Amino acid sequence: MSTRYDAIVIGGGHNGLTAAAYLARAGRKVLVLERRHVLGGAAVSEELHPGFTFSVCSYVVSLLRPHIIRELELARHGLEIIPLDCSFLPLPDGDSLARWGDPERTRREVARFSRRDSERLHEFGLAMTQLCRFAKRIIDSPAPDPASLDPRELMKLLRLGQAMRGDSTDLRWLNYKLLTMSAADFLGLWFESDVLKAPMSVSGIIGTFLGVRSPGTAYVLLHHYMGEIDGAYRAWGFSKGGTGGVSLAIANAALAHGAEIREEAPVARVLVHGGKATGVVLENGDEIHAGAVLSSVDPNLTFMKLVGEEHLEDEFVGNIRNYKLRGSSGKVNLALDRLPEFACRPGDGPHLYGDIAIAPGIDYLERAYDDAKYGDFSSRPYINVVVPSLVDPSVAPPGKHVMSCFVQYAPFDIKEGPQRWPERREAFGDAVVDTLAEYIPGLRESILYRQVLTPWDLQEEFGLTEGNIFQGELSHEQLLFQRPTAGWARYRTPVDGLWSCGSATHPGGGIMGSPGELAAKTLLASRSV
Amino acid sequence: MPVPTPFHPRTSELCHSLLWKEWSGYYAVRSFDTCHEREYFALRHSAGLIDVSPLFKADLRGPGAADLLSLVTVRNLRKLRVGRVTYLCWCDDDGKVVDDGTVTRLGDTHYRLTGNGPLCAWLDRYTDGFDVEIEDTTEAYGALALQGPTSRAILVEAAGPEVEKLKFFRAMEARIGGVPVGITRTGYTGDLGYEVWVGRDDALAVWDRLMEIGRRYRIQPAGLDAMDVTRVEAGFVLCGVDYFAAHHCLIDERKSSPYEIGLGWAVNLEREPFVGQQALRAEVERGPVWKFAGLEYDWDDYEALFDSHGLPPQVPSGAWRDAVPLYDQRRRQIGQATSGAWSPIMKKNVALATLRPAHAEPGSRLRIEVTVEYERHTIGATVLPTPFFDPPRKKA
Repeated sequence: MSTRYDAIVIGGGHNGLTAAAYLARAGRKVLVLERRHVLGGAAVSEELHPGFTFSVCSYVVSLLRPHIIRELELARHGLEIIPLDCSFLPLPDGDSLARWGDPERTRREVARFSRRDSERLHEFGLAMTQLCRFAKRIIDSPAPDPASLDPRELMKLLRLGQAMRGDSTDLRWLNYKLLTMSAADFLGLWFESDVLKAPMSVSGIIGTFLGVRSPGTAYVLLHHYMGEIDGAYRAWGFSKGGTGGVSLAIANAALAHGAEIREEAPVARVLVHGGKATGVVLENGDEIHAGAVLSSVDPNLTFMKLVGEEHLEDEFVGNIRNYKLRGSSGKVNLALDRLPEFACRPGDGPHLYGDIAIAPGIDYLERAYDDAKYGDFSSRPYINVVVPSLVDPSVAPPGKHVMSCFVQYAPFDIKEGPQRWPERREAFGDAVVDTLAEYIPGLRESILYRQVLTPWDLQEEFGLTEGNIFQGELSHEQLLFQRPTAGWARYRTPVDGLWSCGSATHPGGGIMGSPGELAAKTLLASRSV
Repeated sequence: MPVPTPFHPRTSELCHSLLWKEWSGYYAVRSFDTCHEREYFALRHSAGLIDVSPLFKADLRGPGAADLLSLVTVRNLRKLRVGRVTYLCWCDDDGKVVDDGTVTRLGDTHYRLTGNGPLCAWLDRYTDGFDVEIEDTTEAYGALALQGPTSRAILVEAAGPEVEKLKFFRAMEARIGGVPVGITRTGYTGDLGYEVWVGRDDALAVWDRLMEIGRRYRIQPAGLDAMDVTRVEAGFVLCGVDYFAAHHCLIDERKSSPYEIGLGWAVNLEREPFVGQQALRAEVERGPVWKFAGLEYDWDDYEALFDSHGLPPQVPSGAWRDAVPLYDQRRRQIGQATSGAWSPIMKKNVALATLRPAHAEPGSRLRIEVTVEYERHTIGATVLPTPFFDPPRKKA
């Protein structure tokens, strides 16, 4: 191979593609290498059953940064997001709670469980919006380095402090509470009703191996709250054609700027000469050289597998080994021959058009965590269900539906050992279908096809070590200037010329695009390519 | 998706225009005809019957009710006598208005609070230590505003001669067509008028009876559009339009103190502590940043402006609530007009405004933005005292 690139991006997920698009847009010659036959990484759509397209892993979009949509002109390149209107909570006793875009309607629904809570929803939303405004300043730029005495770094910290100065004292205290409390306790500052707190608190545990009563989960709650669609916070939406549609739009942008993308091109290792990354070797033996190598895969794969410990200092290796991945969730995707009908709210109502939570109480969620703590998947898990075919008919044949179920907890480290997950896969799938069937009596008979993804599968098929959907937990010690590890939070790595641009870098996981964007912008600013 | 009020079977039958809006989660008629004019003139010349059931209501019962309300609101309600109503507002700790409404003392230890937004969660913050039961009665009662010069005659016939003696801001119990109701001499039109409070199951019987008796007195079902014109004429601020509920504001600039929205007269500062008292004392000392004022557009300017485009002067057909900026003579912005209307009864183009205090004295001259044929201009306006319209019959 004689072609020389300015940059090679390992991994064709949405972050890798975003980095590539930004580099190509700046006139750099970029090559993206994707191991699988399809682009998207965990933001991928696949037709696994004839006529049924699944958002195989990630399934809703909100965090994708608005400025990335503008700068890469993603709307022109095919991005279409359809907002979700409702959050529906079926309850085992035949009751249910739906929270709508219409605030008065939501107030009335919540008032059936707690009048006080119903009247405080607005204040909670207001507080979260204020916290989001602060968080937005943090997620849209590289993390400041608090250990540095460089005046530029100190200025950045100062600016963050000033950003907070405009906020009221109450809000500042609330910020500290957010960083230290559990999701359940944090919500308890406003609400009393379990029926409201439970489905709201689950945002705090998604992708972490923690329970809704574990301190620190309140922040993850905000991470899921700060998404915005067209300027509205907390809005989530379906990507037309599945979440792969987001990746394809970014890929189209990258291609339009002249980037090259190869699928089925697995990287075997990063070429390191004299402490500097000079390119990659593919599994087929091809060597490709570049001025910079950007890895969008997680730190474990990047450093332990692709770089190799021999090129790294022991302390750094130790830090990467201690980086918490420990996946806690799985995914069950169903092709259905009819619309799921909930016993508590029968029929094709608007309550089905948003996300549906199987989270009937805080205790239920904590019990689901108990199973996981001791090496089992939850016998009655938290499930987040969406039926995107209701608003996007392109993903299923007429009258038929796809049902996407995010399931927690499914610990990577089951007691039999993670490599035994394939033997437990169908039992896990059964637990999910059994749980859902308690609310949707006709579900089993309507299933045409079932795909079960365990954390093991997420690792083996999607390259997410230990099946962690965020490439590392969003816990405080792994955020900001410590993501993935202290001293290496600014997209550079100890290997000169090797950069990180995946969810394991600031500001973290979710279909945000920020790690890819910020890595590319940092690389460009360094003038090394 | 809104829900119907207890009067919906009647209002929906009569609402030929299909002009509805959402009011606190209920269906509310904007106007029964495609134009609200007939309803407006009924309110000013005969009587209009308005479904105001979406108002939030809370009943407070117990020996601590007066103390709680006196702590939460700006008024000392221990002094309110049984059978009387008072208008007031309540504030947060910073003295910024959370909502405004009325308190009626229905019995020795029984009070009813009304407001624009939900009431109970706010009260719940302060109930510790008070011997009081709070019941959200928003759903339990339907409410009708019967407003206008013939409203008294209608109610006397419907509910008995005692109504004749009911004074302004007083409350009484009565029966209409055998149905027990509460009657208060209150309203949002600044005119002679009453509000009738009825258990939701009996609501239709009361509507029917009032409409039947009212026919001879030219009663007219009226919607919110007509009421909005009358409330501007009366100089009443509207929460969410002329000011914003403090606990729902994202930024401090959006919040207002009672002194800034023309409700300073309702504040009893010199008494035992109440929520916001310290901040309000400090504000009185400092002077408020804004003042509430009425405005009248200069008609000659207005007409000349339209004439320069070859148009006759076009007055707004209903009340408006898209705020427009106000300027001093040197074109510096000094505030905004937050709502306004052409007053058919006064033949004046008026607005409610939030102004820098230096410009808020009656008689002050300023400039207001007017858009004609997509072009923005400013014309002269004069500060007037409110209410603009205040007929003697209101209190007589």
